[in-house]
Amino acid sequence: MTTLDPAKLERNHHQADHLEASAHGDHPDHRIFGIIVFLVAEGMIFLGLFMAYLAFRTVAPTWPPEGTPKLELLLPGINTVILIGSSFVIHNADTAIKKNDVRGLRLWFGITAAMGAVFLVGQLYEYFHLEFGLTTNIFASTFYVLTGFHGLHVCFGLILILAVLWRSLKPNHYSSNNHFGVEAAEVYWHFVDVVWIILFLLLYII
Amino acid sequence: MTQAAQIQEKGNQLAHGNKPGNWKEYFTFSTDHKVIGIQYLVTTFVFYLIGGVLATLVRTELATPESDFVSREVYNGLFTVHATVMIFLWIVPAATGGFGNYLIPLMIGARDMAFPRLNALAFWIIPPTGLMLMSSFLVGAPGAGWTSYPPLSLVSGKAGEMIWILSILLLGTSSILAAVNFIVTIFRMRVPGMGLNQMPLFCWAMLATSFLALIATPVLAGAMILLSFDLLIGTAFFNPTGGGDPVVYQHLFWFYSHPAVYIMILPIFGMISEIVSVHARKPIFGYKAIAYSSIAICGLGLIVWAHHMFTSGTPPWLRMFFMITTMVISVPTGIKIFSWLATLWGGKLDMSSALLFGMGFICLFVIGGISGVMTASVPFDIHVHDTYFIVAHLHYVLFGGSVFGLYGGFYHWFPKITGRMMNETWGKVHFWLTFIGFNLAFMPMHKLGMEGMNRRIAEYDPKFATLNLVCTIGAYLLAVSTLPFIVNATWSWVRGKPAGDNPWRALTLEWMTTSPPPVENFEVDPVLVTGPYDYGMGSRAKDVDVPFSEADDPALSAGPSSTLRAKPDPVVAANPSDRGTESHNRD
Repeated sequence: MTTLDPAKLERNHHQADHLEASAHGDHPDHRIFGIIVFLVAEGMIFLGLFMAYLAFRTVAPTWPPEGTPKLELLLPGINTVILIGSSFVIHNADTAIKKNDVRGLRLWFGITAAMGAVFLVGQLYEYFHLEFGLTTNIFASTFYVLTGFHGLHVCFGLILILAVLWRSLKPNHYSSNNHFGVEAAEVYWHFVDVVWIILFLLLYII
Repeated sequence: MTQAAQIQEKGNQLAHGNKPGNWKEYFTFSTDHKVIGIQYLVTTFVFYLIGGVLATLVRTELATPESDFVSREVYNGLFTVHATVMIFLWIVPAATGGFGNYLIPLMIGARDMAFPRLNALAFWIIPPTGLMLMSSFLVGAPGAGWTSYPPLSLVSGKAGEMIWILSILLLGTSSILAAVNFIVTIFRMRVPGMGLNQMPLFCWAMLATSFLALIATPVLAGAMILLSFDLLIGTAFFNPTGGGDPVVYQHLFWFYSHPAVYIMILPIFGMISEIVSVHARKPIFGYKAIAYSSIAICGLGLIVWAHHMFTSGTPPWLRMFFMITTMVISVPTGIKIFSWLATLWGGKLDMSSALLFGMGFICLFVIGGISGVMTASVPFDIHVHDTYFIVAHLHYVLFGGSVFGLYGGFYHWFPKITGRMMNETWGKVHFWLTFIGFNLAFMPMHKLGMEGMNRRIAEYDPKFATLNLVCTIGAYLLAVSTLPFIVNATWSWVRGKPAGDNPWRALTLEWMTTSPPPVENFEVDPVLVTGPYDYGMGSRAKDVDVPFSEADDPALSAGPSSTLRAKPDPVVAANPSDRGTESHNRD
């Protein structure tokens, strides 16, 4: 860096000539990288909320506060299995489209969407049968905010999956070398899944 | 003309023929990063003026000890909105969105940002949100300070507070989207041959800033969501009577808002590195030290937040931890300061307005930095917490630091952005008015704070009256000081002297295209012939100042490529014909 190097100058001029030939029309795809970077930010919202939950829990003399009804484990347990399973199911869609198998893509995305919908219905069923409301106590409030915020993300993931399904009906929309939408929906779905695992452990298990 | 700039320009072909679009483009959803950058800069500057008017009103109220100019509630609203506007609608978006958007793709030789539409979206969130925040004055402005601590924020006006929360959520979203864009752009779109260690230092600074914005801003969003539940639905997250804890809000808030200080200063550090090196005509001292200290600040900046909470019942062992990390973070900051001083040392300073603001930045930021180290120590902080000492400290960092740096950036890159030079005389008038007004307004606040004058209260003990009057006069001077800048910038934009492509003879790639650059920036991808800071290279070594040929001297009589020369210059030897008769090393 300390002196000007004529050899470098020469090489760079050469490189410029080379680049000139292929300057336009070369747009590498940064979108998946962008989605992953964005999910870091999403993860930080959840991390902030988890930390708040742990702080409330640490400060409280008893947790959950006295008088909180015990949480039923069966339904959320089944829901967890369904959501984790859907992550494996959606991966099959990715494998399928990489082999140019659009029917396979539709099949696996369809199953994933159904599993996501079952999860959401299960979540709503649990909400309606819980014996505490949003403002009952600090545990109830954090419970609803955390699961609700996660539920919103599942909703959004479901919309993404359905959008990909809709688009896959158009012939040749997705192919083995052009399937950003499929990958994006899959990455997002895995993210929602991982968040749920942490959330389930925090709220129900420990 | 320096040798390096000549060589760098020779290596690159200037774009030509591409006229920039007309003025209407600046009011559309344009996806050109340069248009978006200008949109950011102009919009945020308007908000800066609005925030400045609010500050002037605050200082007018404080000119006398009694609460006689506005009511106490209005006063609370004034300083709350002043701080919110200055932080979220001026410094953060101007430094990252404005200069970042304009300069990053140019500096790394890219044609645009990675996601142009996302970029435009991030900008267009800002004007309506700013207007919404202003509209809160109609329903009773938020009055709990920009920190909005519960329970205070839950008992002051509900509508104003909710507007404040919504504004912060929206502006935070904009900031996150911009950060995603910068990270992807800097990692993926550098011109071939530019490794991370060949990037201009502003790019390093923006990388560190974007990481901070990406990691810290979402946590603030989490806090805002919980706060709005408390405000609207009556949950008790931050209410001790319902089992909640207000200190949790403070932790979440400062987990963002301390890094936010670095989000506001790191891009400025990057700009100062460019300005100091170009205008001192010297290679930057310690390129890697400056670059990596930005990353160190980014990492450490995430683990110092509780120093804002030394008086919030934080346990002693935790206070000790945060005191130490806070003091440690002054090390990478000091590395930068000393590197800039070493760059200036013995340089050929051109004393342009940009450099004046750069040096003003260094002076004032050092004062703010030192008062920062003072308040990092727990016993001292307990004494000055919530006093005007803190107000003085934060203004030395955010105004003396960030705003001086932004002004320096305006003077330095104005020729590139508009294609015209700014008037230097009025630039100097602007600098000295700002510098004197600033110190008059904020220096006395150190003393006021040490003597116990509390911040955020409309009235104060009459014994503080004289110094407060001095502060108010300084604030008025500061308000006046923006006028020469506004007139100078507007006039120069329309009628200024044409700047040419590279008026400062700079080496970074944004100067290797036309001023203003065409759509897509470069006609052919630019090349790096020199490093970004190779100023004054060659001419510093004595042995190359030998004339090319001298008939009387046998060693030189055969011209530059003579093998009789003690040290034939390889550049000249390779291609003597286009170097004329003079030594290429001479200015």
